[in-house]
Amino acid sequence: MTTQTSCPAAAAFELRLYVAGQTAKSLAAFANLKRICETHLAGQYRIEVIDLTKPPQLAATGQILAVPTLVRRLPEPGRKILGDLSNEKRVLAGLDIQPVMGG
Amino acid sequence: MTKRSSNGETIGQQELSKRPPALFKAPTGIQGLDEITGGGLPAGRPTLICGSAGCGKTMLAMEFLVRGATQFGEPGVFMMFEENAADLTANVRSLGFDLDKLAQQKMILLDYVHIERSEIEETGEYDLEGLFIRLGHAIDSIGAKRVVLDTVEALFAGLPNHAILRAELRRLFRWLKDRGITAVITGEKGESTITRYGLEEYVADCVIILDQRISEQICTRRLRVVKYRGTAHGTNEYPFLIGERGFSVLPITSLQLDHKASVARVPTGIERLDEMLGGQGVFRGSSVLVSGSSGTGKSSIGAKFVDAACSRGEKALLFAYEESSAQIVRNMRSIGIDLEPWLKKGLLQIHASRPTLHGLEQHLVMMHDAVRSFRPAVVVADPISNLTFERREPEVKPTLMRLTDFLKQQQITTLFTSLNSGGGATLEDSQMGVSSLMDTWLLLRNVEFNGERNRTIYVLKSRGMAHSNQVREFVMSDEGVDLVDVYAGDDRVLTGTARVAQEAHERAADEVRQQDHRRKLLHLAGKRKAIEAQIAALQVEAESEAAEVNFAIAQETLLEKTALQNSKAMAHLRGGAAGSNGQAKG
Repeated sequence: MTTQTSCPAAAAFELRLYVAGQTAKSLAAFANLKRICETHLAGQYRIEVIDLTKPPQLAATGQILAVPTLVRRLPEPGRKILGDLSNEKRVLAGLDIQPVMGG
Repeated sequence: MTKRSSNGETIGQQELSKRPPALFKAPTGIQGLDEITGGGLPAGRPTLICGSAGCGKTMLAMEFLVRGATQFGEPGVFMMFEENAADLTANVRSLGFDLDKLAQQKMILLDYVHIERSEIEETGEYDLEGLFIRLGHAIDSIGAKRVVLDTVEALFAGLPNHAILRAELRRLFRWLKDRGITAVITGEKGESTITRYGLEEYVADCVIILDQRISEQICTRRLRVVKYRGTAHGTNEYPFLIGERGFSVLPITSLQLDHKASVARVPTGIERLDEMLGGQGVFRGSSVLVSGSSGTGKSSIGAKFVDAACSRGEKALLFAYEESSAQIVRNMRSIGIDLEPWLKKGLLQIHASRPTLHGLEQHLVMMHDAVRSFRPAVVVADPISNLTFERREPEVKPTLMRLTDFLKQQQITTLFTSLNSGGGATLEDSQMGVSSLMDTWLLLRNVEFNGERNRTIYVLKSRGMAHSNQVREFVMSDEGVDLVDVYAGDDRVLTGTARVAQEAHERAADEVRQQDHRRKLLHLAGKRKAIEAQIAALQVEAESEAAEVNFAIAQETLLEKTALQNSKAMAHLRGGAAGSNGQAKG
């Protein structure tokens, strides 16, 4: 399951969400991420969802231990956020995004 | 910690009864460790190896994997959390392990798990399924039977949520067990616990502690099997060494005294010494102690022993703790022992090192290593007292005992020399209780007398053979070493020039006596001649006297006759005038 979630081809924020199967945590993480991005990064992001159970070698190449893990690939430097992304504040801090007020 | 789950034990017993023990344990191939653990680490279960930084955890884990791959055909995954693959490959290359090649052969897979705390943010629930998938994939891709997680505790520094981590580690170890993987997990030593993060709680099958201690500026590494569920194991601390050929633990190969006793004899290389030892030398596989104060010729006996072995075409190993290899060769040549050809032929190896280079145990581990790889028939250590010098006695004996036991089991004849310190201590005291481990004890002594020192040798003990009780003089010359009978007459024992002088003295006395005899005989002959001459003279005198007497008698007779005739004539002339009788008228 490699899901591309849309937006411009050259997005400012390139995000990758690593999950392992359709677990409650991964579904929650995806939903949370989608909501946060729509709120704060509308039109500037691209999300790629990678299910490690399918091509397992990606876990090694991406240096992934925990799932779900959200990786900010762009802008540099890379960041990793572990967990189901339920805490919006910490996700924003982790991605280094200025929250859009009142959004 | 020592509590055993009944579950684990029954499984162990079932497996034991079901399969041969070799399958139940995964041999490490590491020298000594398999002996201590009775065959290796628990197969299909995780083992925890912990110790402080730099004590060799990674090396042990790596060797377990490499030997598994090369010797036992079990591929392995090395998952590292601290070092990257390139560094590790470089590090273990010094031990002769070619990880690149093994990786190409799909026998070893290195996976570096990189966690950068500063890059990581946590929010909400997560698990370590990524690690499981990653490890599972690595295992499947080469069909691994062995896994090393080198230091999994690094995760505690990388992942802030320890509650999740602990739960996941517990799951990981169970998961490895379910898959039948023999795993080695390394961990840092903790302050009060075995490991800093209490990994021992999760890995309960086998725990090995590595330790390094510094005593009198000498560092010794030690290994201890803290627990090993469901099997007997050695519980002591065993010194180990990371040497040129990897890890080696000094094992106790003989908890029981079960080595064979050979009746074959090994000549010492000194004929007269063999004579003292029942005529044939020492038993093969026995241990000989040659002790004496400095300069008594201990090394020479050692060198001769080595030389004799090489002459028989046997391999000999000489551990020298006082002289370098070149120095030994030079010095021994001066007493007619040429070791160089043997070195060139590869029959002789000299390992020269300073005793202070390592601790006693390390030296013994090195000796083990050298013996195992060279497989000599004869080993000489010159002198062991240097190893034991100024060390606490209690540790000396057990370690030497291990060494002698090991050598005996290999049926290697061993000669140790030992320096007696000073003259004050008694003989037995100076041997650190080592002598009881030895089968034959030769004592060399300097005898100072008459302005010179001479070497004497005698057999203090020699188990299982008739041996001489005589003191012999030990002579070194440029023709080699030899034994000479001492002068033992006249209620004293003399050696050296005193012996020679005494012998000369006796010869001279003998000469004088003989001359005296001759003189006396001559004198007697002379006297006899004189007496005979006297006798002759007396006879002559007697004869002449007799002749004179005869003459006198004859003269007197003549006179008497003449007188008678005269008187007759007178009477005739007077004619009877006086007419005395008819005659005149007649």
